[in-house]
Amino acid sequence: MKDSGNYQPYNYFQLMEVSLRELLVEKGIVTEAQVAAAVQEMRERTPELGARVVARAWVDPAFKAGLLADGTRACEELGIEVPSLKLVVVENTASVHNMVVCTLCSCYPRMLLGIPPEWYKSRNYRSRAVREPREVLAEFGLVLDEGTNIRVHDSTADMRYLVLPMRPRGTEGWDEKQLASIVTRDCMIGVAVPASS
Amino acid sequence: MGEARFKPGDRVTVRKAYPLGHIRTPFYIRGHSGVIERLCGTFGNPEELAQQRSGEPKQPLYRVRFMQKDVWPDYRGDPGDALEVEIFQHWLE
Repeated sequence: MKDSGNYQPYNYFQLMEVSLRELLVEKGIVTEAQVAAAVQEMRERTPELGARVVARAWVDPAFKAGLLADGTRACEELGIEVPSLKLVVVENTASVHNMVVCTLCSCYPRMLLGIPPEWYKSRNYRSRAVREPREVLAEFGLVLDEGTNIRVHDSTADMRYLVLPMRPRGTEGWDEKQLASIVTRDCMIGVAVPASS
Repeated sequence: MGEARFKPGDRVTVRKAYPLGHIRTPFYIRGHSGVIERLCGTFGNPEELAQQRSGEPKQPLYRVRFMQKDVWPDYRGDPGDALEVEIFQHWLE
């Protein structure tokens, strides 16, 4: 029989995950079904949730004010649960551009953006975002206007950060759904800005 | 619960200490001075929680704003560029 499968042995961390999970199940602390449900729940969280929040803030000044004052509560208003974490929303303006990193590990607003991209967890991004943010942004293809200051947020403890980008020109009259469609994950991490075309 | 000793606008310096354990104060910011941007609330002390202890007394957590040019002497960007880091009160003086 021809075996075309590409079998790889578990690596260290995969083995650790399986061992720990089996132990927890064996000891009755969690069930396999609970683990599967938690994984499913995490998979369903995608950047579209964050984009909805941004689009609402662009069309509704009262919502935006509430979002900047208390991000967690404002998301709950939209029916998006932000369990046990405090969401801080930072607003881009003509004079300040925000970007988010976690230099210590990979803290990320998963409840609004889902699973972080590989580069966000890389040593390269984590070490350089705080030290040479302009060079890092340039590598993402983003060159800021002269006179725009960068504010880098190192997500070191219990807060999670979401960047509220500026609404681009050429989107006048768009509805929330259209607006949300141009808000990408990278815009909400602060390594890109939305464009109307 | 630890009382908040600092308020927004206060100038603070991060302790330059190197204890072992699960520390949420990045190495690069220790010894640097910045300004309190806001109090984030009070949270279990991660250094205690990591040791399976209660995390009590809870510690006030702040966002502290540092200027990039103060943190990195060879910083090449704009002098107005800033860096904000969450730091627990017991790391500030």
